[in-house]
Amino acid sequence: MLLYILKRIVYVTPVALGVSIFCFLLVHLAPGDPLTAIMPVDATAAQQAEMRAAYGFDKPLPIQYGIWLWKVFHGDLGNSIATGRPVLSEVSRAVGNSFILASVATLIGFTFGTFFGFVAGYFRDSVLDKIASAVAVLGVSVPHYWLGIVMVIIFSATLGWLPPTGAGPDGSGNWRPDPEHLRYIILPAITMSVIPMGIISRTVRALVADILAQEFVQALRAKGLSEWGVFKHVVTNAAPTALAVMGLQLGYLLGGSILIETVFAWPGTGFLLNAAIFQRDLPLLQGTILVLAMFFVMLNLVVDVLQTTLDPRIQRG
Amino acid sequence: MLRITKAAGLLIAALTITTGQTFTSKAFAAGTLRIGMTASDIPLTTGQTDQGGEGMRFMGYTVYDGLVNWDLSSSDKPSDLTPGLASSYGVDPADANKTRWIFKLREGVKFHDGSEFTAEAVVWNFDKLLKNDAPQFDQRQSAQGRSRIPAVGTYKAIDKYTLEIVTKTPDATLPYQLAWIMMSSPAQWEKLGKNWDAFAKEPSGTGPWKLTLFVPRERAEMVPNPDYWDKARVPKLDKLVLLPLPEANARVAALRAGQVDWIEAPAPDAVESLKKANFQLVVNSYPHNWTWHLSRAPGSPWNDIRVRKAANLAIDRDGMKELLSGLMIPAEGFFPPGHQWFGKPTFKLKYDPAEAKKLLAEAGYGPNKPLVVKTLISASGSGQMSPLPMNEFIQQNLAEVGIKVEFDVVDWNQMINIWRAGALDPASKGDHAINFSYFIQDPFTGLVRHLQCDLKAPKGTNWGHYCDPEMDKLIDEVKNTFDPKEQILVLQKVHEKYVNDALFLMVTHDTNARALSPKVKGFVQAKNWFQDFSPITVDK
Repeated sequence: MLLYILKRIVYVTPVALGVSIFCFLLVHLAPGDPLTAIMPVDATAAQQAEMRAAYGFDKPLPIQYGIWLWKVFHGDLGNSIATGRPVLSEVSRAVGNSFILASVATLIGFTFGTFFGFVAGYFRDSVLDKIASAVAVLGVSVPHYWLGIVMVIIFSATLGWLPPTGAGPDGSGNWRPDPEHLRYIILPAITMSVIPMGIISRTVRALVADILAQEFVQALRAKGLSEWGVFKHVVTNAAPTALAVMGLQLGYLLGGSILIETVFAWPGTGFLLNAAIFQRDLPLLQGTILVLAMFFVMLNLVVDVLQTTLDPRIQRG
Repeated sequence: MLRITKAAGLLIAALTITTGQTFTSKAFAAGTLRIGMTASDIPLTTGQTDQGGEGMRFMGYTVYDGLVNWDLSSSDKPSDLTPGLASSYGVDPADANKTRWIFKLREGVKFHDGSEFTAEAVVWNFDKLLKNDAPQFDQRQSAQGRSRIPAVGTYKAIDKYTLEIVTKTPDATLPYQLAWIMMSSPAQWEKLGKNWDAFAKEPSGTGPWKLTLFVPRERAEMVPNPDYWDKARVPKLDKLVLLPLPEANARVAALRAGQVDWIEAPAPDAVESLKKANFQLVVNSYPHNWTWHLSRAPGSPWNDIRVRKAANLAIDRDGMKELLSGLMIPAEGFFPPGHQWFGKPTFKLKYDPAEAKKLLAEAGYGPNKPLVVKTLISASGSGQMSPLPMNEFIQQNLAEVGIKVEFDVVDWNQMINIWRAGALDPASKGDHAINFSYFIQDPFTGLVRHLQCDLKAPKGTNWGHYCDPEMDKLIDEVKNTFDPKEQILVLQKVHEKYVNDALFLMVTHDTNARALSPKVKGFVQAKNWFQDFSPITVDK
């Protein structure tokens, strides 16, 4: 197993390098000029040239990439052009906020998704199945951006129950899981949880239905095993696939959502990316994308290892 | 599993608490004004702000002052310059070159950290922007400030309260340029280890507000400066809170939910519902315009004044106003009606399709020879209002008189680069116009930069490569007229030429709309990009 884990880590290295090249080049392909964010629009050509040199944008792209990668290896993602603040601190703060939001959304989405999936799978073609499936389809189909706006209209603008924007009464600086701060997270977390809930629900339903139809379940029941015992077998058999799907969904959630975080002004990675894109803040954009991409790479590694631990047969060559 | 159960318990507890307590019942200190800005971040706090006009509005003229300020005290009269940290200023009468200016500084003014404002502090601030090898030189502030003061040549402190500035050439618009330059505290910068990042968290200016909390991208809080030198502008509020809410619907929701008391730029389609819900919609004219900047490159159809006038007469500006729920001021010139530099242009921007068709026929265009023009537009952008429906409206108007318009739609950031590059640059794709909204608050941004021969892009921002010796002569006259009242008359002549020669397709001006809670009282919306928050109160 240790050898397998080491092998997987070695495989991750070229992927990570490829991701870094992709992150760097992708933002340079977009039209626009990063200096727009920091200079008045009528700055003269000479002033623009001076600023371009000051930020190193006058150098050829491969050299810019080399300098950037060297700094990344030393834990320096550079400074945001728009704010002047270190990208690492900007991204760390945003990742922390997205993590908080994603954790609550995960709790909601995974709990209800798994529950609905099991109910639908166990009671296939019943009314319960139809209700659970309808909820799942709705979750996958409804645009969460729209759902967020509707929830804001109902619960904030009309009823005045929940705050529509922000991470807390005094920002996210001193976030803690007390009721005052949790009130701010409810709407974005529910909005964010809807899609994973739908996907997990459908996946679990299919898995449970498939496992229940297999001969070994009939054999277990014929042997007189209790339904609880059978259930445990179903869970064990469904877990690897469900885990893979959950891992992917967790990655999406932790990566933040540009739309949801913008609608709710939640200061996470999605909100940060949105600002960076509009300001053409290349270092911030590169740094954020790199951190998120590396997160996905690492998450996939963890899921692979976890899957292999649960079921050694699926160990990759 | 135990952790999950705990978290679920917390969530349920929060939901339970929430249902029993409305959000609006949250108690805030009396007199706290919470503003939802359109910016996605708190503007730069070190002195020279970023984020354009909004940055100066919220972080410039609040925490800081310039030597010269804008008078923001009236919503009726045009907003003009007023002495700021310099109590008086003018060109030295003894200087035949008219380049030496003397500024008498206000005595007894203190920065928020308690240090004194002196002429040395002004020199230090200019070095911060202009002298690359100065210890306090700040690239970020320099990027914002250097281009604002092109006239400044040398500067020195003559004594503690007297400053000398020598301009590169005679330039009577210097005071307008200086109204951009905010004064940061040298003592505070020293105290914080000569570090601008540290200064950003604990800034110190001379302005009516002191920054007390700064959470990047989320929140800034200010309290009044009771020792502010202009007693009429000591804030009445207890606290001013700034929240970046770039998404228009999120701003409206925050206002409706009572999370903020004031939002910038409400979406036009939310205006009616906000009014019905008793929110105040505050509008006023200000120096902004929304135009098509016309290419004067060889072969451009806009080189013919008859075509330019025809297009200006073909626009149904009142119809467009309906389209925008009333949130626009139909253009009567390049400046909004009533502006101090408007003058008395003879060409009237009325809606007259018949006259437009006649002029086009005279220019050789008609049903058998339609005029085809290509225009660069963006789908969004700062100050661009609602560019897609507005441009489609214009396209329809122009089609009705025989001008067929084709659009090149580009990203806003890319559009800025194309605008900087100029009409002759390949990036402009040979297009005949660019739809660009303008900040037109001072003589340079308002008039000079668009049409001076020397400023043809990419050297300057004369995108269309217009060049007329007569216009250059008028601009020179502006720069050489040192009496402010006389200067206004010359600026009026420039504007009259803008309109009479139909140098732009002049369409509309934004209304500077903002929506306020009924609790907000005392706001005087000046005809300016910047505003004064000092007279405002918020009912409990």
